[in-house]
Amino acid sequence: MNLTLKVWRQKNAKSEGKLVTYQVSDISPDMSFLEMFDVLNEQLISKGEDPIAFDHDCREGICGMCSMFINGRAHGPLTGVTTCQLHMRSFKDGDTIVVEPWRAKAFPVIKDLVVDRSAFDRIIAKGGFISVNTGSARDANNIPIPKQNADEAFEAAACIGCGACVATCKNSSAMLFVSAKISQLALLPQGQPERYQRVLNMVEQMDKEGFGNCSNTGACEVECPKGISLENIARMNRDFLKASLIQKPKKETGGGAM
Amino acid sequence: MSKLDSKIPEGPLEQKWTKYRSTVPLVNPANKRNLEIIVVGSGLAGSSAAATLAEMGYKVKVFCFQDSPRRAHSIAAQGGINAAKNYQNDGDSVYRLFYDTIKGGDYRSREANVYRLAEVSGNIIDQCVAQGVPLAREYGGLLSNRSFGGTQVQRTFYAAGQTGQQLLLGAYSALQRQVGLGNVQMFARHEMLELVTIDGKARGIIARNLVTGELERHFGHAVLLCSGGYGNVFFLSTNAMGSNVTAAWKAHKKGAFFGNPCFTQIHPTCIPVSGEHQSKLTLMSESLRNDGRIWVPKKKEDAEAIRAGKKKASDIPEEDRDYYLERRYPAFGNLVPRDVASRAAKERCDAGYGVNATGQAVFLDFMYNMKEKYGRAEATKRGISNPTDAQLKELGKEVIKEKYGNLFDMYKQITGVDPYEEPMQIYPAVHYTMGGLWVDYNLMTTIPGLYALGEANFSDHGANRLGASALMQGLADGYFVIPYTIGAYLSTEVSRMSAEKEKPDAIDKIKTKHPAFDEAEKAVKDRIEKLLSINGTKPVDYFHKRLGKVMWDKCGMARNAEGLKWAIEEIRKIREEFWKDVRVPGTNEEFNPELEKAGRVADFLELGELMCIDALHRNESCGGHFREEYQTEDGEALRDDENYAYVAAWEYKGDGQYELHKEELKFEAIKIAQRSYK
Amino acid sequence: MKTSLSRKYWMAVSGLFLIIFLTQHFTINFLSVISEESFNSVSHFMGTNPIVQFLLQPVLLIGVVFHFIAGFMLEIKNRQSRPVKYAAYSPAANSTWMSRNMIVTGIMILLFLGLHFYDFWIPEMNVKYIQADMSGLNENGEFRYYDELVHKFTDPIRVIIYCLSFVFLSLHLMHGFQSAFQSLGARHPKYTPGIKKLGAAFAVLIPLGFIVIALFHYLSSH
Repeated sequence: MNLTLKVWRQKNAKSEGKLVTYQVSDISPDMSFLEMFDVLNEQLISKGEDPIAFDHDCREGICGMCSMFINGRAHGPLTGVTTCQLHMRSFKDGDTIVVEPWRAKAFPVIKDLVVDRSAFDRIIAKGGFISVNTGSARDANNIPIPKQNADEAFEAAACIGCGACVATCKNSSAMLFVSAKISQLALLPQGQPERYQRVLNMVEQMDKEGFGNCSNTGACEVECPKGISLENIARMNRDFLKASLIQKPKKETGGGAM
Repeated sequence: MSKLDSKIPEGPLEQKWTKYRSTVPLVNPANKRNLEIIVVGSGLAGSSAAATLAEMGYKVKVFCFQDSPRRAHSIAAQGGINAAKNYQNDGDSVYRLFYDTIKGGDYRSREANVYRLAEVSGNIIDQCVAQGVPLAREYGGLLSNRSFGGTQVQRTFYAAGQTGQQLLLGAYSALQRQVGLGNVQMFARHEMLELVTIDGKARGIIARNLVTGELERHFGHAVLLCSGGYGNVFFLSTNAMGSNVTAAWKAHKKGAFFGNPCFTQIHPTCIPVSGEHQSKLTLMSESLRNDGRIWVPKKKEDAEAIRAGKKKASDIPEEDRDYYLERRYPAFGNLVPRDVASRAAKERCDAGYGVNATGQAVFLDFMYNMKEKYGRAEATKRGISNPTDAQLKELGKEVIKEKYGNLFDMYKQITGVDPYEEPMQIYPAVHYTMGGLWVDYNLMTTIPGLYALGEANFSDHGANRLGASALMQGLADGYFVIPYTIGAYLSTEVSRMSAEKEKPDAIDKIKTKHPAFDEAEKAVKDRIEKLLSINGTKPVDYFHKRLGKVMWDKCGMARNAEGLKWAIEEIRKIREEFWKDVRVPGTNEEFNPELEKAGRVADFLELGELMCIDALHRNESCGGHFREEYQTEDGEALRDDENYAYVAAWEYKGDGQYELHKEELKFEAIKIAQRSYK
Repeated sequence: MKTSLSRKYWMAVSGLFLIIFLTQHFTINFLSVISEESFNSVSHFMGTNPIVQFLLQPVLLIGVVFHFIAGFMLEIKNRQSRPVKYAAYSPAANSTWMSRNMIVTGIMILLFLGLHFYDFWIPEMNVKYIQADMSGLNENGEFRYYDELVHKFTDPIRVIIYCLSFVFLSLHLMHGFQSAFQSLGARHPKYTPGIKKLGAAFAVLIPLGFIVIALFHYLSSH
């Protein structure tokens, strides 16, 4: 296959970027999209040009590192897969493919197609956990959990934190990501003690990071490589509403669980 | 006299750890706040250690090269985690898990460590469940288990095909909690490029900020390497693209011995290589061997016809199929340990029975179990008395989909072939490295204050790791071992600090001005400058691929003295060429993935040689290390317990020079025996 | 209104309130098609009852103002969340036009509201509270409401504008109805499909009904 690529090039966070056109030839349909980029980069290096920086690591669709916005869609034309699991057989010979980084105020570009997603880590640090120190756990089977809840919690926990939801949302909203973690913990008995304070804290941090609001377009759910459901956002909305109504103001000092 | 002291506590095996825990010196809380610990790597071992140590009150700094600690490659583990809980009432016990692991490792691991691992395995499950890790459950709300290779009990806990992900996210959330509380400082997109030692003790690291290229000095009273394995030395492996040996290798060159470097695990069920362009291999979980039967055609002409695309798997009648694992190992059948399954696949392919275009693949076939096991059960359940073949398949397909749906989808996505219709094609691929930095019972390397945890150390898996044991080891080391054992060293640090009147609050700024830091930073800088200044003609990957091919051909599933000697020479040549002709674009002062890669490949080019040296010296076959000269008449590994029941720990003595130290392995609780799965 | 989620709640609550109002408005208007007399009497009641006029009417006004101010605020915040736009963006692949263009349909409805106020509400306020004529009668001594209504729909351009506006209203409701429930967290696999169907039916029937009313009066006056 021969393809024309239009790739976003940006030297660093401070400089302006632009789309640059490249031609690649003899691409095998069995190649993954990232392997096609490997080929292009090898060409660029041998020509003495700067290779294109892009995030990737496991290349088996689970680490959540790869993050390309391909022809107007997060992780490309297929649903339910990450960029690394997209193969060239999804394209036709002669296609022009536009590749851009995730775009959101909360995800500043570091270089080319690489963005900074540390906002997600900061949100988790505000409450995406159960406060249990190592060594203080009781026997695992002492906490029976209905299979349905366990399965639902697992489905929410399948989030890989890639940021496709933010990238695809017209508002750059992170609610699918945030609600997936809130849901996972809200569905489990272990998560109950901190349930309402958690949702308040995480939403507060989410807003601080500069993500947009949710307009319930459902785009995130469609593009999510792990199929995280909008139901999680509804659960977060519910919990936050309840938390706003019942939760007493946080004490600034004292040995709270947080 | 050996320099190695494994520091195994005295006493009977079952009491060693209990006794150790109650007698190990403690560090008082006020002192903990003045002690800094550096953790390199944020996978299961790193995250769990960092979180736990921070909970205990230490000041922790965590480094990872990815953009977030959650992306460490532990996340890709699919199948499960073992624990001797005996929830299934099938006769499991700490001893049995210990025994299976020692036997699975082909009697090349340290008894005391493995027993401790089995002892804490249950606590890991408790801890993870308490953190909210959604492990699979039965309808009664209790935890579910599955079987894995090399065992005859059900002790593997799992979360669909994403167990590693769920466990890592649990550890990550514990870590982020400590970040939020200010007890852990997180340095993502940072790579450790040098270990700093002062007076022979680990005192800190030099890390490169991968975004800006800046070299940073970080001080620590102890340094924990949780940087994973080095499977990427083979170029193609199931490891993540960024997985590397650099942190461990730098430590090795500063004096940490490297244990059993040649022990690598080749996983039997990976998607075969499809072409030159391939950048990595994808694992199909071992759990598939529960329901998939492995076979190749009995007749060579059939295999040839399949390779030429003239026949399909379904064209081969039942009587012409060779279910070689069931034939050779009737007791364990398709669930033999990984090394055995891999070798058997290679044997069939080498004999000319391989099935894909390259001849390097065997079938993993679900059709029989789909129809006969699940289809028939479903038909009975639904009261269909004389189900047709098509009905059986349809009914069984639903069950298979429920169990392995995500894996089947992934297979189809990668190969373009529907595994519900045609059997999967699989071939072994590099997956895990049992070798690693040599550590004592405390997980301390031969450099005082430097520890290695998880896959980065050599300790628990001997010559072959059983499935679902890596997650167990990483978390055991991080959650339950290091928090105790580090006290033994840090308590002496506290005494030293008070004797030397070291000011606890004078962190970083003063301490990192020590000449040792200057020296280490200069070494890193020089090396980066050297890499950037070669300006040769070939990209880094060119050398990496060449190295990988040599390693796979000569130091892979089967090795022999002649091949290894050739490989050592060849790797030296590649290394020399690399330093003359590599082309690293860009500068240091920017985000430069090629520069990162160059540094890592440079280290692999040294490690590869050591692996071959180790493989060459070990004149026996054991576990993943199969020397063609040492096999039984029917092609099984032939161990030499008289001469090789030891850990080979290599000391770096300058470029290409290594000195061997031996740690004799004593088996007191287990009678060392021929390892048989027949 | 401080957090992103509370803005969503306000949007949803005011939206649902407006949906209830719309139902009520439609019911009364539809009377004009069935019976001139009952339309006049209900209109008079609504126009003169103090509870309606001084309690419900201000609440409604606040609801409307709230809904669009909150809408604009959200839109501004959302736009700021992506300072650099995509060169290629294919949202049609994963979401409906309606869900993405609430601000467009909303603005169209707001413009229509301006016209609607100019047509009916401002004259009403003028007659009732400036001229202080609370009788509801015209110079012939009959109720004026029906005639005023019919009079407005004699102008074909106005009828077209009205009908177009109802199309926008339909598009707005098509997403807004079910979205309000989602925003408030009212989602359940048992009920949500029903809510979605109800929303779609409401979004079609109510605006269609308004169009029928407008066309009915236009056609019957020609």
